Amino acid sequence: MEQGRLSGRATPGGQLFDRNSSSPPQYSQGPARFYLPRPSLFSPYARLAPPPIQPSSLISSEGISLKTISELGGLHQMLGLHEHVFAAVPRDSTISLPDYQSSNRMGASFETPCGRLLIKPLQYMEMISSMKPNMWATLADEVPAWVSEKRNKASVDRTTGGAVFGSIVGGSKIEERKRCAEAVAERNVSGNLISEVGNTMPLGSVRKWSGCDRETDDILGFCLGGFGLGESMDERPSLLGAITNVKEILPEEKPRQICGLGLPEEVLQGVAAGIDLFDSTYIYHLTLGGFALTFPLEEIRRHGYGDQLSDTGRDGSKINLKATIYRKDTSPILEGCKCYTCQNHTKAYINHLLNVHEMLAQILLEMYVPNSLPIAVALFLGRVILTRNFCHLSSHNTHHYLGFFQMIREAIKGGTFEEFRQNFVETRRDHILAAALSA
Amino acid sequence: MLGIESVTAETSAPLTNPKPPPPKFNLRLAAAAAGAKVQAAAGVKILGRFNRARAAQLTLPHFVCQTPLFMPVGTQGTIKGLTTSQLEEIGCQIILGNTYHLALRPTSELIDELGGLHNFMNWPRALLTDSGGFQMVSLLHLADITEKGVTFQSPVDGKPMLLTPEESIQIQNRIGADIIMALDDVVKTTITGPRIEEAMYRTLRWIDRCIAGNCPVTHTWKLDDTYLLVKDICVKGLVERDLPGYAIGGLAGGEDKDSFWRVVAQCTAALPEDKPRYVMGVGYPLDIVVCSALGADMYDCVYPTRTARFGTALIPEGVLKLKHQAMANDTRPIDPTCECMVCKNYSRAYIHCLVTKDAMGSQLLSYHNLFYMMKLSRDLHSSIVDGRFPHSRMEMSHNGFAMLWRKKNKTNLGTSNSEAGYCKIDTIRGVKESDVITSVNGVSIFNEPEACAVLGKDRRVNWNEGFEIGSS
Repeated sequence: MEQGRLSGRATPGGQLFDRNSSSPPQYSQGPARFYLPRPSLFSPYARLAPPPIQPSSLISSEGISLKTISELGGLHQMLGLHEHVFAAVPRDSTISLPDYQSSNRMGASFETPCGRLLIKPLQYMEMISSMKPNMWATLADEVPAWVSEKRNKASVDRTTGGAVFGSIVGGSKIEERKRCAEAVAERNVSGNLISEVGNTMPLGSVRKWSGCDRETDDILGFCLGGFGLGESMDERPSLLGAITNVKEILPEEKPRQICGLGLPEEVLQGVAAGIDLFDSTYIYHLTLGGFALTFPLEEIRRHGYGDQLSDTGRDGSKINLKATIYRKDTSPILEGCKCYTCQNHTKAYINHLLNVHEMLAQILLEMYVPNSLPIAVALFLGRVILTRNFCHLSSHNTHHYLGFFQMIREAIKGGTFEEFRQNFVETRRDHILAAALSA
Repeated sequence: MLGIESVTAETSAPLTNPKPPPPKFNLRLAAAAAGAKVQAAAGVKILGRFNRARAAQLTLPHFVCQTPLFMPVGTQGTIKGLTTSQLEEIGCQIILGNTYHLALRPTSELIDELGGLHNFMNWPRALLTDSGGFQMVSLLHLADITEKGVTFQSPVDGKPMLLTPEESIQIQNRIGADIIMALDDVVKTTITGPRIEEAMYRTLRWIDRCIAGNCPVTHTWKLDDTYLLVKDICVKGLVERDLPGYAIGGLAGGEDKDSFWRVVAQCTAALPEDKPRYVMGVGYPLDIVVCSALGADMYDCVYPTRTARFGTALIPEGVLKLKHQAMANDTRPIDPTCECMVCKNYSRAYIHCLVTKDAMGSQLLSYHNLFYMMKLSRDLHSSIVDGRFPHSRMEMSHNGFAMLWRKKNKTNLGTSNSEAGYCKIDTIRGVKESDVITSVNGVSIFNEPEACAVLGKDRRVNWNEGFEIGSS
């Protein structure tokens, strides 16, 4: 994997630690997309680099059988996305929620549409080997930030415990964390097994993941588990920082991934703390409600800010296309946006589609329409968003959000991340305030 | 107003001696065609024939179409789950829009304000709208057909509303389709008796109102009913009025196949050659092939897309029910011979687990099914043009179907120039390609039949002249 450094560690002064020059924090969408850094994939804003895909590795009993997936040749063949990178994690914020109360020493428990499933390590490994993702995370016992110490410790032990997957569990306290991380760092994990470190207590935990190369025993990176399970935004930075700021725990040259942080502000928090890869289901939930993202991106920013504030009762970052004011609006969702939807359709049309409950509305708002192919959502694997030739064909919200990540990357490269972040957060706060006041 | 250009003043000439109304074009449409010249003669140009089948070119303001063609139904301004780019990719030429639904939401006035349905949904090719009559009668309670028009209860507020033929045309013009339909008096196919006659004559009167009322139309089409005798009069009456095109309707209601093809055969025999013939509601691939052989040009149906949403794919051998457990481990594509994006990239097993659980399943199947129908249309067209109609693929069930043409045949329906029928062959086993059918299901063939189709083992159809028993 390409490694590179742009600048030193983040300090209050404003330089952000950049792990990887070709892939600074990248948004991976939920059902997640990781971004595997590859120089060839890096492209300018107008043609967004293909983000990797993350399926939740949870295969329900009603889904496709493992044998059939193997026969098909794994995920890449089954989903027809040969040039994509797949990263498999067991957790998914929409259909595979970690259920820490039911996990036990036999396996990790998840709430899925098919009920509560207990996934045992061996079972999990079978899934992984038939799916053949590019990289994958080990099964972990993820717990939210407020559980007891004892539970924390248990999660750490469980995750590291089984020699089956050689995973290492991180702990809640710093000592536990260190214990875990050290064990992870030292331990050679064979194959594509990814060590998952359970999230416990205030500090969150560290998950290691490896992938790419079966031959090497080197762990590719770390995955921080236990976030996005309900901790407040205020306490999160300290949780994150406790891990990422300590060099001994996480070597700098390995990327860090996190699940469950979806809102732009949360992403910015994560980026500030040094996370590289994100997954979330933010876009999915937005689209369900008929929302379209409109916060200004790079080129638009120059023209946009002042005008945004003048709209009364409107959140400057997104619009609800179900509102009747858009009935006759023949403008695209966002002027200047290069996504398929904005290049081809008007707000009035999407408003109509939403009103008559046509599924095309969701397609146009959320999904990539690569080569005019709607996104495939493989329910049994968690939600997988497939893309073929994303780029200008992607649909609005996805395209927009990827653009947001592009902006983050450029801000980091240009050394202006902190300003960018503050600007962004404040502008959104102002809009919400204005909307609330005028309501 | 609509910005319609009147080419000449509409005459109120008596019906017996009508001057053909000159084609009228919606100026807005013409302007929207990026300055392209208004096509003065939107009509049918026949490029090839085989017996009664025709392959033609239909020129419309937005697109030049090749017939025979199938039109997917996009009820509310979209084909369910597919973008307009995908539809273009598949090869759709004309799409249907449903007047009733669009007039309800988002209203024809809004569509008009936003530049017509083409602009609204961003579909650059042709559109066809129906008159709204069918939905009104089938969907709404207390619909009542009187001389003035169709009265029904508005679904919005329950008040009684009246849809007149003129109003229907106005709504359709606001929507702005290339082809619009005149309101007809819709009767159920199962009805017999004087009601049918009444319906027929009323329909003719309504057509006159459409024409005489100076309603600008791009094409006017007419619906028939199924009662054959009456249809003769109806057809004659319509032909006299020299409309831009003709539609044969009232046939999708589940009448038996024998009546079905007889009606189509009779109508196509009587309708003028240089006008397109549209058989409404015909969607099964076999029916389309049969009607094309009888001389029809255009078809529409919800069948391919609706069956896709229920998990059924159309394949040459018939249908494939992807919900079936047997599909769960089948790693082949839906149809190995199909070249659509779905068959090139996805396996049956994958679609099996998507279908009914996720919208994506129905989208993929809709894509495939429509691709299949478009391919069928293209094959029909090119095989007639190339003189290969004998070899066009006829989609059949395992039991096979044969299409028979018989020469002049006395029937109790009066004489007709030729009659066509199709019957089910019990089994295709043992039928060689060179075999010719002489009797079907125990019914013997009339003498000197004109042509016959045989389903070969490779599922190709051969049309042979003449009949013989056994193999040649």
